[in-house]
Amino acid sequence: MHNFDFVKPSSVADAVRALSAQGAQALSGGQTLLPTMKQRLAAPAVLVSLTGIADTKGVRLDKGALSVGGATAHAVVAKEARKHYPALADLAGGIGDPAVRSRGTIGGSLANNDPSACYPAAVLASGATILTDRRSIAADDFFQGMFTTALHDGEIITGVVFPIPEKAAYVKFNQPASRFALTGVFVAKYGSGVRVAVTGASANGVFRWTEAERALSASFTPAAIAGLSLPSDGMIADLHGSAAYRANLARVLTGRGVASAH
Amino acid sequence: MPKDGGIGASTVRREDIRFLTGKGRYTADINLRGQAYACFLRSEVAHGRINRIDTAEARAMPGVLAVMTGADFAAMGGNPAGWHIPSRNGEAMKEPKRPVLAHGKVRHVGDAYAVVVAETLEQARDAAGAVVADITELPAVVDMAQAVANPDLRVHDEIANNVCFDWGWIEDNRAAVDAAFKAAPHVTTLELVNNRLVPNAMEPRASIGDYDPGTGDYKLYTTSQNPHLSRLLIAAFVMGIPENKLTVIAPDVGGGFGSKIYHYGEEAAVLAASKALNRPVKWVADRSESFLSDAHGRDHVTRIELATDLEGNFLALRTETLANVGAYLSNFSTATPTFLHGTLMAGPYRTPLVYVNVKAVFTNTAPVDAYRGAGRPEATFSIERVVDKMCRELKLDPVAVRRKNLIQPDQYPYTTPVGLVYDTGNYPATLDKLIQIADFSGFEARRAESARRGKLRGLGLSTWIEACGIAPSNLVGVLGARVGLYDAATVRVNATGNISVMTGAHSHGQGHETVFAQIVSDKLGIPASSIEIVHGDTSKIPFGMGSYGSRSLAVGGSAMVKAVDKIIAKGKKIAAHMLEAAEDDIVFEDGKFSVTGTDKAKTFGEIAFSAYVPHNYPLESLEPGLEETAFYDPANFTYPAGAYACEVEVDAETGRVEIASFACADDFGNVMNPMIVNGQVHGGVAQGIGQALLEAAAYDDNGQLLTGSYMDYAMPRADDLPMFTVDHSCNTPCTHNPLGVKGCGEAGAIGSPPAVVNAVIDALHRGGHTRVTHIDMPLTPSRVWSAIQN
Ligand SMILES: Cc1cc2nc3c(=O)[nH]c(=O)nc-3n(C[C@H](O)[C@H](O)[C@H](O)COP(=O)(O)OP(=O)(O)OC[C@H]3O[C@@H](n4cnc5c(N)ncnc54)[C@H](O)[C@@H]3O)c2cc1C
Repeated sequence: MHNFDFVKPSSVADAVRALSAQGAQALSGGQTLLPTMKQRLAAPAVLVSLTGIADTKGVRLDKGALSVGGATAHAVVAKEARKHYPALADLAGGIGDPAVRSRGTIGGSLANNDPSACYPAAVLASGATILTDRRSIAADDFFQGMFTTALHDGEIITGVVFPIPEKAAYVKFNQPASRFALTGVFVAKYGSGVRVAVTGASANGVFRWTEAERALSASFTPAAIAGLSLPSDGMIADLHGSAAYRANLARVLTGRGVASAH
Repeated sequence: MPKDGGIGASTVRREDIRFLTGKGRYTADINLRGQAYACFLRSEVAHGRINRIDTAEARAMPGVLAVMTGADFAAMGGNPAGWHIPSRNGEAMKEPKRPVLAHGKVRHVGDAYAVVVAETLEQARDAAGAVVADITELPAVVDMAQAVANPDLRVHDEIANNVCFDWGWIEDNRAAVDAAFKAAPHVTTLELVNNRLVPNAMEPRASIGDYDPGTGDYKLYTTSQNPHLSRLLIAAFVMGIPENKLTVIAPDVGGGFGSKIYHYGEEAAVLAASKALNRPVKWVADRSESFLSDAHGRDHVTRIELATDLEGNFLALRTETLANVGAYLSNFSTATPTFLHGTLMAGPYRTPLVYVNVKAVFTNTAPVDAYRGAGRPEATFSIERVVDKMCRELKLDPVAVRRKNLIQPDQYPYTTPVGLVYDTGNYPATLDKLIQIADFSGFEARRAESARRGKLRGLGLSTWIEACGIAPSNLVGVLGARVGLYDAATVRVNATGNISVMTGAHSHGQGHETVFAQIVSDKLGIPASSIEIVHGDTSKIPFGMGSYGSRSLAVGGSAMVKAVDKIIAKGKKIAAHMLEAAEDDIVFEDGKFSVTGTDKAKTFGEIAFSAYVPHNYPLESLEPGLEETAFYDPANFTYPAGAYACEVEVDAETGRVEIASFACADDFGNVMNPMIVNGQVHGGVAQGIGQALLEAAAYDDNGQLLTGSYMDYAMPRADDLPMFTVDHSCNTPCTHNPLGVKGCGEAGAIGSPPAVVNAVIDALHRGGHTRVTHIDMPLTPSRVWSAIQN
């Protein structure tokens, strides 16, 4: 690790100001950023901690939607979303290990947009809205490929608003070493239709499987998608699985998600 | 009634209190006054010519004390291989120099070519970033088949086909084996890979060099399983420091699994830097360095053939193996694929004819050496997989086939066709025990239940044997070892009657401090709490050969018993004098020397006191003091053996394998501490399951390590493992050591991988996927799924 300055503002406005400094970078739970700095792969001059801003933390119901503050830790979501949105709580409770869940935050996870991360699947399948210090961004516009999002430099995620589905499930298949999602599928059934988001599989990051959405909107049963298959072009191929394997997992996990949705 | 102390008791591990409360003292915990910090520069390319290393800018950086490169060590000796293995044609093995720091060429990613020493670690790292190395990348050779086939690709310029040796065992039997294959009614052939592993000891390697300019003495604190070996190699081969001026201390060491048996260049580098700077120099590897530079394990590609009759009687066995040694020969790298592998190819079976061919191959990868089991897991895996395949081809019951081919209890001593003499065993007994404890008869019901949940259940079996307690010096000498493999112990009875035992074995998690104290306590009748076990410091302990190859108890423990026997013999002489009786009339029992048939007695404490305060003592015929040293060189290896069963559930849609149960029936001879033996088996099986399902070190074609962190290298975790069923009641005591003990440290890692793979193949066959005859380890979900698809 290299030396850096550290600031911990208590308002979003102060944080935005601090982030305009040369070489400044936001720090939330640090579960991605700190290991990168320890390996000297990142060397921000100033770390702007976002965890001292009270109104970006916590889970609450707001006009029938679930609002999660950007600096809310996974463990908090796992606990407090349980009653309102159990599939989201399941997802948060399945990230990493207790230490990671106590520190890591939804804002950090979404800003990072790791192609194997879990939250992007929930956000996209829920048609959630990402709130920042300056605007709100629809999930469909937010994720722009691996490690790429619609965020501008210095823009801070302050919260995420999840419409609550009738039923949903997140089915994660662990990559054996990292236990991130080798592939994960979030299925959410709303009055307006079903949304299916797949993470871990595509080289472009999280994506919606629209063909499955159509079939499941017509009939929310595993049988409805039994005949479908995902093309393997564009899927990630690595040590842990071929493109065809990931395409298979996405299909199998979608079926299991439908079967277990609650 | 279980004993609450002494031999055979499940005494709680005394060392755990300090380990679990953070009071252990590991090399990284040691901070010497005025110490500086070393940071090594490691090659980022797998193969390259070093044109120039410009250190000027780095030297000028704040806090920098020295920058040393391979050139600074070029005049020093190389780190040698401990065993010489000649080729079939009589040629000597190819033994390129392994320098302290790479010089001229770098040969694997992670190969250290320079070291920066600075006041702080951060300064050393900053300066390392300023060293400019002009290295021309050369084509890397990673794949062994390519290494031997392509004469243009050379890891070492002087070695044309990258072959270290081409070894035949036993070469004189080759023709007879080939003839048996020609005549055999059935031949089963299997090509398999024994996957390369990274040892991943919990504590990364670390070394502190401490030169004392006042006395000219060197001290090395280091993470070693084998401090005397490091001292010997540094002294006699690498640096030429006289042994009497060098102390090597391996304090608490957090696991090794083989990777810390060896001497590494970093140890010599910190000693040299300390001498140059007149201050201690400390280096602690980070986890990434461990992945790149610790000696890896396994990495064999094998073709095995088994000739049988149609009833499954084994007629002959033949193997051809390419064994990766990496870029340089690590200390045991030449013994591991040969004498720890080829000599075990008979397994526990009566196969009359066996021939083994091993080519050791250099590649542009990290050195490969012994890793828990070392050669014996590779042998067991090959044999047990081919036996299973044969059973399937001939539609024979794998239990019945194994049973009828096992060496029978009345056949000992049994001379194998690959050069070993098994002293004792009872392989049918452990197999029968296994069938009972693993509840084979209930399998069908369990399978049906799994099927109702949509899972394919399978049952896999393996039997295993190993030669361990690595010693007989004369035997290993014949086999090519360049050192002796005895061990030593000193038992020092203090004047007040308590005891310090200095052992040549080294504990790095095994629990020696507990077990050795149990044994001495049992033999001398004094409480274990009065016995201290001292290990790991060459200035305190007698010359020993460290711990690996499941040898600590069988060899080091035996030396300890011999030393205790000498103490008792001397005690009897003293007692005879004090009690005015004939020496032959003195008996020693329960900590008391007494005159037979009388109530005249002296306690052990009284005798000890008299030895150190010899007022009433036979000074004319006996020296005062009560301290004895013994060296013990056994007559043979010990041969633990056993049978393992694994049940798995396979999710055919995703290929995921779950271990449903795992049972072990082992014969370890006499068991000193059943709880510790259980723990050793648990750990070994966990590592074996890791190898079978999760772990693999993978390099890409350019020699970049793809699995350089835990993001991609999958270690087994508690929730990957079932509760183990472990039994060691079928014991046949070793016939030639005083405790009747065999080794248990490697067993689990040896016997388990084939049981797991056999279980998965069984599950797939029972599920109708009958074209799958083999899947290479690790059986990751994607590999299992792909096998089902094809
Ligand atoms: C061992 C381990 C296991 C893990 N397993 C999983 C897993 O199974 N599934 C999974 O999804 N993730 C997993 N993670 C990742 C974890 O969820 C991280 O918490 C997450 O990816 C990053 O969140 P963070 O709060 O720690 O962000 P940080 O590390 O603090 O920041 C990450 C990046 O986001 C930026 N950033 C942070 N907050 C904001 C914000 N509010 N607005 C804008 N930019 C911001 C930072 O500048 C930085 O670039 C794992 C991590 C570890 C260490």
